[in-house]
Amino acid sequence: MGRKLLLEHINVPGINTYEVYRSKGGYASVEKALKTLSPDDVVEEVKKSGLRGRGGAGFPTGMKWSFLAKPEGVPRYLVCNADESEPGTFKDRYLMTYIPHLLIEGMIIASYALGAKTSYIYVRGEMMPQIRILEKAIAEAKNAGFLGTNILGTGYDLELYVQPGGGAYICGEETALIESLEGKRGNPRIKPPFPAIAGLYGCPTVVNNVESIAATVPIIRDGGDEYAKIGIGRSTGTKLISAGGNLKKPGVYEIDLGVPVEEFIYSDEYCGGIANGKRLKAVVAGGSSVPILPANLILKTAAGDARLMSYEGLSEGGFVTGTMMGSGGFIAFDEDQCIVRNTWNFARFYHHESCGQCSPCREGTGWMEKVLHRLEHGHGKLSDMDLLVDVSKKIEGNTICPLGDAAAWPVASAIRHFRDEFEWHVTNPQAAVAGNFGLAHYADPLTPVVA
Amino acid sequence: MLRVEDTQNHPTAAFSPALLAEMADMVSRYPEGKQKSALLPILHAVQAEQGWLSAEAMDKVAEYLRIESIEVYEVATFYTMYFLRPQGKYMLEVCRTGPCCLVGAEKIMDQIEQTLGVKEGEITPDGLFSWRGVECLAACGFGPVLQIGPEYTFYEKLTPVSVNQLISDLKVKANN
Ligand SMILES: Cc1cc2nc3c(=O)[nH]c(=O)nc-3n(C[C@H](O)[C@H](O)[C@H](O)COP(=O)(O)O)c2cc1C
Ligand code: SF4
Ligand code: FES
Repeated sequence: MGRKLLLEHINVPGINTYEVYRSKGGYASVEKALKTLSPDDVVEEVKKSGLRGRGGAGFPTGMKWSFLAKPEGVPRYLVCNADESEPGTFKDRYLMTYIPHLLIEGMIIASYALGAKTSYIYVRGEMMPQIRILEKAIAEAKNAGFLGTNILGTGYDLELYVQPGGGAYICGEETALIESLEGKRGNPRIKPPFPAIAGLYGCPTVVNNVESIAATVPIIRDGGDEYAKIGIGRSTGTKLISAGGNLKKPGVYEIDLGVPVEEFIYSDEYCGGIANGKRLKAVVAGGSSVPILPANLILKTAAGDARLMSYEGLSEGGFVTGTMMGSGGFIAFDEDQCIVRNTWNFARFYHHESCGQCSPCREGTGWMEKVLHRLEHGHGKLSDMDLLVDVSKKIEGNTICPLGDAAAWPVASAIRHFRDEFEWHVTNPQAAVAGNFGLAHYADPLTPVVA
Repeated sequence: MLRVEDTQNHPTAAFSPALLAEMADMVSRYPEGKQKSALLPILHAVQAEQGWLSAEAMDKVAEYLRIESIEVYEVATFYTMYFLRPQGKYMLEVCRTGPCCLVGAEKIMDQIEQTLGVKEGEITPDGLFSWRGVECLAACGFGPVLQIGPEYTFYEKLTPVSVNQLISDLKVKANN
């Protein structure tokens, strides 16, 4: 039975209000941090916890905080990344909707640790209801003396604001987010300089995901060492998984990192198996940007071991037979789903969302979308698969921001693992337009590779 | 794209006192001299009041923030939430991204097109509805989903039947 550090009280009626949140022990971590710990102590606890960024890249949060430049007389900023736009990911929206004070509490702790006096929560503009929820929570926290000037009589001042985006996936990339917060188009910046040196308004800035910031609340409450005991290896703590697609019980689950994928999909505690009695065909385990894996490879690694839901577990096998934790957007495909159609859909998404600064990304995503469109609609050629791989290679690693890679990997991995399904679309165009290739051999267990 | 004739055909009303007060509040959230940061929130507020962003309205925003008009246009054209021409009173925005398609989003869009009798991006003759596909709305586990501005009211687990019901409810609401 997994621990619930973030979602423990999510079903308590009224937990979205200050009173109920407080009655469940809320804001105790702020009191502990501000009254008994120095900012550096807080950073130290977060370092000890082993917490890794929950936004996608998995970079250790404590280390990121310790890189923040602290020049005299220059303000520093904390910006929360609540842009949540990675297809398959919906945990941050869930958390902000139901337990907004957890994020506010985390923002106060993190701002204190970093010495920020003004912090922003950048929420994607479509989440207008969540923006209202957060604004109400901020007003309540301020009213209770946890925000504003001289918080809890400690002399620490903090203002917290919510900023809406305008509808652009790219604004989830941290430098694009900063540009957007400055009132500009969301064009990612060339790094270096990194935001830790020159971020918002040219000042040192930390950008962290909603879940990373929320996780500092239990870390400060229980101590970094306690948090680090949960999980497996360098994947410490609990992680919110957004489970969607053809699952019996889709939703947001908090898991101890290290749960076997098979248990996560099939046990009643989590997703309860595949919906409508169907069989599992494939999984995109960490949001649309990570490589897709066929059922056999997501349940077991190529070496035949049970695959675990952890940073290392999901990437076991590298790009050839593994995938990534990413943002924890877990998308399950049943036997009726068409891999070519989904790959085309994702390629369309990335083409639509490319900011257009780099030619390989702007043009390459367009080409991939066009070629996949023709494959899905029965006009493809057998040479198209190599063409797609070639285009994806030319994008990968040749762009300003990682959106290029994020667009290239899903296409390359779909062709790597489902090449015969793509070929079937070319050789049976009529059938491909009308129906789907089915499971083929992918759902069958792999023969273990004996070393 | 920006078209001058849109502005000529649809003259923009003056900003209401409530809107102006909201704009002043937004500007107060940023450091001195960084008022341009208020651009995205202000454009949302203007669109919520006027239904879309005319060139005239954007020029007013530029003047208010003491920035060039082009700085407003480049933002309004970059982000997908800003409408550069009038829309139906209710703009139904359906998520069309992969995970929602696994659970039937394409059927929902087909149903909307059939029920409203207009194609994506068009307005129904009574001016009440437009619809379009948008990208992942961060609710993939509860798909298919759609949202309706300016408050971005959210509808989950749609079926062709429930979406028809929603459309008729909105018609009733509009006529009352
Ligand atoms: C195209 C793109 C989109 C991204 N979208 C998000 C997002 O929606 N939310 C998020 O937290 N991080 C997103 N990221 C990652 C951020 O750039 C950044 O790494 C993250 O916010 C850091 O927070 P963390 O260390 O707490 O994970 C995205 C990155 C890229 C390249
Ligand atoms: S990789 Fe794509 S999204 Fe990123 S900066 Fe270049 S063009 Fe823009
Ligand atoms: S794919 Fe539709 S909400 Fe994410």
